Amino acid sequence: MSSQTANDSTSGIDFQRIGLYAVLAVMAAFYLSPLESGLMTAFKSQEAFIGSTPFVPPPPSGFTVEPWFEAWSRLQLGVFNSLLLAIPATALSAVFGSLAAYGLTNVNWRGQVAVIVLFVAGIFVPYQSVLVPLTQFWTMVGLDEILAAVPMLAERSGLIELIITHTAYGIPICTILFRSYYATIDPEMLEAARLDGATVARIYWKIILPLSVPIFAVTLIYQFTQIWNDLLFALVLLTSPGNQVVTLSLNQLQGSMVQQYNLQMAGAFVAALPTLVVYVLFGEQFAEGVAGET
Amino acid sequence: MREFIFRLFGRGRRPPDSDGDARTEGGVGADGQARTDGGTVTKEQTVGRSRVQEALDSDLVGSLPFWLPPALLIGLFVYGAIGWNVLISLTDWSGLGQPDYDSLSFAMYEEMLSDPTFWTATQNTFVLLIVFTAVTLLLGLLLAILVDQKIRFENTFRTIYLLPMSLSFVVTAIFWSWMYNPEIGLINVGLRSLGLDFLAYAWLSDPRFSLGAVIFALMWQFSGYCMVVYLAGLRAIPTEQYEAARTDGASTLRMYRRVIIPQLRASTTSAAVVLMVFALKAFDFLFVLFGPTPGPSTDILSVMMFREAFRATNWAYGSAIATVLFVMALGVIGPYLYLQYSRGDL
Repeated sequence: MSSQTANDSTSGIDFQRIGLYAVLAVMAAFYLSPLESGLMTAFKSQEAFIGSTPFVPPPPSGFTVEPWFEAWSRLQLGVFNSLLLAIPATALSAVFGSLAAYGLTNVNWRGQVAVIVLFVAGIFVPYQSVLVPLTQFWTMVGLDEILAAVPMLAERSGLIELIITHTAYGIPICTILFRSYYATIDPEMLEAARLDGATVARIYWKIILPLSVPIFAVTLIYQFTQIWNDLLFALVLLTSPGNQVVTLSLNQLQGSMVQQYNLQMAGAFVAALPTLVVYVLFGEQFAEGVAGET
Repeated sequence: MREFIFRLFGRGRRPPDSDGDARTEGGVGADGQARTDGGTVTKEQTVGRSRVQEALDSDLVGSLPFWLPPALLIGLFVYGAIGWNVLISLTDWSGLGQPDYDSLSFAMYEEMLSDPTFWTATQNTFVLLIVFTAVTLLLGLLLAILVDQKIRFENTFRTIYLLPMSLSFVVTAIFWSWMYNPEIGLINVGLRSLGLDFLAYAWLSDPRFSLGAVIFALMWQFSGYCMVVYLAGLRAIPTEQYEAARTDGASTLRMYRRVIIPQLRASTTSAAVVLMVFALKAFDFLFVLFGPTPGPSTDILSVMMFREAFRATNWAYGSAIATVLFVMALGVIGPYLYLQYSRGDL
């Protein structure tokens, strides 16, 4: 791709390469600028962020960590609830995705494609086209009444509904991620196991599952980010303020503190922190998950 | 888990070395040791159960416990809900109370077609769909080509470009409302420092620019995704093709235009499908910026649907808009899935 280098490097300075890196750096600045200016603003006092350039670090007189404490105290319940939601929902959809992908990939039977089409199409269904029935469904089920005997769970019924809903909507993409990985497993190996008398279930448990560790990582990371970041389902399904997830809390913070950009920015970082940490640590896996959507 | 599935579906053979409970199979004898490869079963028994055993051994049945539960969940929550939504859209359900499924009509769709708000939202949705998809693909392609030049720190650059994709729309909307702040936001401060004061508009509140500003911010968030898809496509092209184009004396630009980009058609298609479907359901970002009633310049169908159903409690009307959204999404993914199917990629 860069056979240019070979010719140009002989002539000393390679202007094309310099230009290339300059463009790459400018683009990097473009992608980071909202985060950078947000981070700087979050450390500025009200007077400082109105008076100073957004991306410049705060002056000593205008430096404060107050917005972070304020943001944390307003968002901590949301962060806690989001963890309570995202961890089980992520795990469940990944497990279901793995099982479904195995049943639809490594075991062959007629009519498989029709089921696969339904799974793939499920990735693209707009949430809006199910929102009204979904609220109607959960009202009819009355989960809080079913769980009334266990007050601890009854209080959390909104979150449990959200976990089940996110699991169902996460299965299609998880299945496709696992499927593209399982398709690369050598069929001869599975055939050999089968000739040895291993059942479909045993092959999954003994061969497929141990091989699935890397794709489980990809799926869990991607799905966690998706569920953590979602606003719409939570907006529609959660009624009790005690169950509020972090995207809802952050949206409220933004709505009620209109001009307090320092507080808003600190809040945005608090809400984004888990996904940012996951992304920085597992960027490669996240990229794989993102690419899997196609 | 495994034992549970075994027992539930009467499927697995007991592992020879374990002495777990013997399960029955189709009511044929209590001995679960049915081994088609001989084993302890007597001849009569084998003959008697062979047909049942055969059916159970078929791969369809064996795979059922794996894919059926997730398929049922999808069937209920996704496809069942879509059907139900269509049904609700045919009622006249609004306010408190329950839908009346006895008198169904297309009244809501008629109302929708004569609703100017619906047409404004549809128009904005299409603008978002087309412009956002086009600019995001273009920037993504450009980034992928740049990153593909055997650069140093490739991982770092890729990580930075994809970073916005990992953030919630609520978070990015808040960042961009600050970026676009007319007085002290980074965009206008930057423009002024370049002496371009006349360009420092109120990007989000000026109806002439608000949709464009939204598209720009969404492009920022999604172009990294397109880069990842294109990069995979570029890396799949054999190097000989680059070299062949080189020896033919093609310029870099010409090589990309004539040789490389035409081969990225599959990447373009799949990335475009994802972007278009996103543009249809884009909700979180616009909702955080403008609330449920954004006004004509940035109203889109997904926000209108939410407003009608969950703010005005016009459930049936909201469902009708949702049906339109679903049909539009189907219009995008239907051909795509057919294409994939006919290529044998499913």
